[in-house]
Amino acid sequence: MKRWLRFIGLPLVAWASGGASLPTLVPDVSQREVEIQYSFKGAELLLFGAIVYPDGVVPKKAPDIVVVLKGPEQATVMREKQKIAGIWVNAETMRFQSTPSFYAIASSRSLDHLTDARTAAIYELGINNIQLSPASFDNLEQIPRFERGLIDLQTRRGLFVEKQGTVEITGGVLYRARLPLSARAIVGNYTAETFLIQDGRVVAAAIRDIVVRKSGFERFMAFAAQQYSFFYGMAAIFVAVAMGWIAGTIGRRV
Amino acid sequence: MDLYLPIANLSVNIFVIVGLGGLVGLLSGMFGVGGGFLTTPLLIFYGIPPTVAAASAATQVTGASVSGVIDHLSRDTVDVRMGAVLVGGGVVGAVFGAGIFSLLQAAGQMDTVIAILYVVLLGSIGLLMAYESVHSIVAMRTGQRPPARKRRHHPLVAALPFRWRFYKSGLYISPLAPFLLGIATGVLTMLLGVGGGFIMVPAMLYLLGMTTQVVVGTSLFQILFVTMASTLVHSLTTKAVDLVLAMLLLLGSVTGAQIGTRLSRKIRPEYLRIGLAFVVLVVAIRMALGLGWRPDEIYTLDVR
Repeated sequence: MKRWLRFIGLPLVAWASGGASLPTLVPDVSQREVEIQYSFKGAELLLFGAIVYPDGVVPKKAPDIVVVLKGPEQATVMREKQKIAGIWVNAETMRFQSTPSFYAIASSRSLDHLTDARTAAIYELGINNIQLSPASFDNLEQIPRFERGLIDLQTRRGLFVEKQGTVEITGGVLYRARLPLSARAIVGNYTAETFLIQDGRVVAAAIRDIVVRKSGFERFMAFAAQQYSFFYGMAAIFVAVAMGWIAGTIGRRV
Repeated sequence: MDLYLPIANLSVNIFVIVGLGGLVGLLSGMFGVGGGFLTTPLLIFYGIPPTVAAASAATQVTGASVSGVIDHLSRDTVDVRMGAVLVGGGVVGAVFGAGIFSLLQAAGQMDTVIAILYVVLLGSIGLLMAYESVHSIVAMRTGQRPPARKRRHHPLVAALPFRWRFYKSGLYISPLAPFLLGIATGVLTMLLGVGGGFIMVPAMLYLLGMTTQVVVGTSLFQILFVTMASTLVHSLTTKAVDLVLAMLLLLGSVTGAQIGTRLSRKIRPEYLRIGLAFVVLVVAIRMALGLGWRPDEIYTLDVR
């Protein structure tokens, strides 16, 4: 029975990829909101969903899935230390207009096998394809060095993550992927993008929003420090004086 | 056990931070210093961003000096008038320091300047202290009494206009001298998160020529209020005071300080001074090596 299905499936794929009707994606994520709590060591997000084929028939050569989780864009300054007069100081700098504060990608197969370099660059598939947008092109020869440094730094901090071949596809229809969200990740609006890739082409894409925020005490503290700086400072002084005074009082009695 | 620091934006091990505070407190209790000069570098070695380290260390010094100030006030060993002038200068210095801070941050040279200042200040003060305490130990061993130093303020101080009487310090000098000294330490408090006692005490003795009995109390008095001012200025400008971090440090340091104070009564002051000189020199050398060694990270990323 199955073999027979596959047999008629083949021309279907050919027809489908011809452009008339393509498979679509129904994606979802395990959490729409991630809250950073007092013992936040990072979270793991489960991104899952279904591939809906035009006629409900799974093609013989199952398509591939790539999921990308992206954090808010940031304007950044990258500084490079050099040894000057015997000490290491920040010497060269480069500005980047918008770099993702967080980027994690998972794919069902090695990314090199999925698409050609051009497609990967267009859809920013893979850590080395992230658009870093340098603010100036005055020092062209420096850009690659700084980009490599930035990618390396962010990867080691767990802010740029690449997990190739970790997306599971069940029965050619259901997919799921786990992506780690670093504790260093900043708060803000994140996006989870899912790409369906067939024969080296992106045939369907879907996007879901995820909000990362600090909850409870941490959120309150960060908020107070930003919005009510004066009271925050006064509170810090009060706490410090109170703790010192209490310890002194106890110390004199013991 | 890990705890997330809301301002530093990273997780730290509670026991490491409380232990670090305890160690600093122990030393500060033993040697009668605020301990900020140890807290900031140790926090930076642990991976806390330098700005947050300096801002939160100042808050910790406030807590660490409270009980000392109360002690000295009750024993009447604080020249409040001198202290007030120093604090006035310190507040001006803290505001001035905030300006320097933001300039350095924009230029990306904050860490280097912090490190160089530590190496220069701690290195020279440490060497001076070591030299002096070795001398006094040798004199003590051989039974000689060192000749009493004539208490005198620096000729530059005498050249300043207007004169005030500072009865407890036994001085009739221009308030501008302590005011300028206050400004200098206020800047250091802002940049390095130190109380500045290690500079203030020698300066009071050798530059101003204050009576020895009120030097430590008055220095603590100025440290208490200037670190308060610096905490507030940091909260308003850099917004880098991490209250959770400061509380963990305080928990350790106020406890350590009580133990340290007890220990210090059992050890001769000459040996205490050489011990402090040793600690100060070790931190200075570690900082100097950090400047010369190839750093782990060549690149740093700042959000604009």
